[in-house]
Amino acid sequence: MNFDLTKTQLLFKQMIREFADKEVKPLAAEIDEQERFPVETVEKMAKLGMFGIPVPTIYGGAGGDNIMYSIAVEELSRACGTTGVVLSAHTSLCVAPILENGTEEQKQKYLPKLCSGEWLGAFGLTEPNAGTDASSQQTIAIEDGDDYILNGTKIFITNAGYSHVYIIFAMTDKSQGVKGITAFIVESDMPGFSVGKKELKLGIRGSATCELIFENCRVPKKNMLGKIGGGFSIAMKTLDGGRIGIAAQALGIAQGAMDETVRYTKERKQFGKSIAAFQNTQFQMADLQTKIEASRLLVRSAAFKKDSGQNYSTDAAMAKLYAAETAMEVTTKAVQFHGGYGYTREYPVERMMRDAKITEIYEGTSEVQRMVIAAKLFR
Amino acid sequence: MTMKIVVCIKQVPDTTEIKINPVTGTLIREGVPSIMNPDDKGGLEMALRLKDQFGAHVTVITMGPPQAEAILREAMAMGADRSILLTDRKFAGADTLATSHALAGALKQLEWDLIVAGRQAIDGDTAQVGPQMAEHLDIPQISYVEDLKFDGKNLFTIRKQTEEGYQMLEVESPCLITVLASACKARYMSVPGIVKAYDFEVETWGADKIDVEEYRLGLKGSPTKVNKAFTKGIKSKGEVFEVEPEEAVGIIISKLKEKFII
Repeated sequence: MNFDLTKTQLLFKQMIREFADKEVKPLAAEIDEQERFPVETVEKMAKLGMFGIPVPTIYGGAGGDNIMYSIAVEELSRACGTTGVVLSAHTSLCVAPILENGTEEQKQKYLPKLCSGEWLGAFGLTEPNAGTDASSQQTIAIEDGDDYILNGTKIFITNAGYSHVYIIFAMTDKSQGVKGITAFIVESDMPGFSVGKKELKLGIRGSATCELIFENCRVPKKNMLGKIGGGFSIAMKTLDGGRIGIAAQALGIAQGAMDETVRYTKERKQFGKSIAAFQNTQFQMADLQTKIEASRLLVRSAAFKKDSGQNYSTDAAMAKLYAAETAMEVTTKAVQFHGGYGYTREYPVERMMRDAKITEIYEGTSEVQRMVIAAKLFR
Repeated sequence: MTMKIVVCIKQVPDTTEIKINPVTGTLIREGVPSIMNPDDKGGLEMALRLKDQFGAHVTVITMGPPQAEAILREAMAMGADRSILLTDRKFAGADTLATSHALAGALKQLEWDLIVAGRQAIDGDTAQVGPQMAEHLDIPQISYVEDLKFDGKNLFTIRKQTEEGYQMLEVESPCLITVLASACKARYMSVPGIVKAYDFEVETWGADKIDVEEYRLGLKGSPTKVNKAFTKGIKSKGEVFEVEPEEAVGIIISKLKEKFII
């Protein structure tokens, strides 16, 4: 048993923290305010090899692990929740399913360009009538010669419009229910593919969240990911991995809000002393930091299990549930500690509170995480 | 022929994080992170840019305790090709002169067209080690380098910072330069570089491996004696003027003139 990060992981943390402080943090308020995708940051991240952290070098990745990847999402999100999710959606929801389910040809074709950041990746499962009930897919794929023809709409797609590669789920055989869902690798220049309206959101406002429209979209058969009818299982496994990313995002947002609050309560004076000197402040913040540390252990434990080839589905669900609810609690209290200033956009904690909320919703709501955890308990 | 560059770097406490014990007046080093000295990092970046542009083999070398290995790994993750750690009890207690003798002794065992050092280290601020090494090696040196251009053969055109402004100088290799952190913004370690950083061998050299007389090393070779270390106290509260900005400008200018600062 060893809870220490390895020397490599520590060196990585040193780099990513410096990068987040110097390159990401200064832009966080601006991209939120302007609801602007952080293209310039994405370019810098690409240059440093951040888009293929846990991918073997033979596919153009960095050859790192999922602990490093979770540290990256945590540290980026500590500065900016938007930047954290750009990396998380790309890595967990597009790169990972290709790496884990792709044919050798698909891996050779897609992974090097995804890892170098030349192509960004996204994932399309959610539909207007298929949210938590993801099995109710209405997007259909019909065989036509060497291709499949896709028709339907996906919504709330992170990185949409800026991505070249989309992992898309569609019904190939409705009579089979969930066993009739198949996954496809769709490229943005395939005929019949388009990006629809962009959502205006409460938080992570720099993240591009859009609708995807498939109108007789022709996708070659060789772009089928995994087996025909194997899509739902790929989607669920992919989301297990994605939850490590979102848990790390929530963890980072919580730690970011905590760091801001420590700084603020030390400086802010009321009744002749800093508000950090009040035991009420200290006790509340001690409780919050304990929850943050517990979240971190859950995230790292899930990532460790993924790296060592163990089943991590429940661990990832617990990490995401706990980290997301902790992020919401910490950021809400951070605003309270900042008082009236915390409610203004002059301080970053209101943004962090808005950013935290989504972590309780996407890639499986907190209720879904409880379903996953309970299913294991009562099976 | 590939140009060979050796960059001398030092591990220092991050002085922005250092606190002073108000009772004893000494530095509280506990919990202070160690970092690569900022001017040295600027020098390493300059070397790596030459490597990117012209192709070069970059060796990093540091003298220090075994834990100084961390900055060599960092340098490798940034793109250096070879790393050497000079570590030996015989080096302990070295002042700038003994340090420069040890480093020059190691440099004599290496091939180089260009030696790069940081202008000065943030824990000592002496700016002596680079120039001393050039003297021991009997090669030309340019200190306070803020920009460097290379003709691709053997000529460097250098902008050297001076108190009044700058000088433009030309120097042929082999030579030694000392670089300012502000000369070029250092790159981040790359992720693949980090993953590989601990796969490389860091060569460890002791006193027996370098070309220098032993009496020049460590405490024995150090003429500098620290008489006393103290925290500079605040002399007075200073004068406070509560005035409008326009008036403030006038007061500041007259005060600076009074003290012959401008």
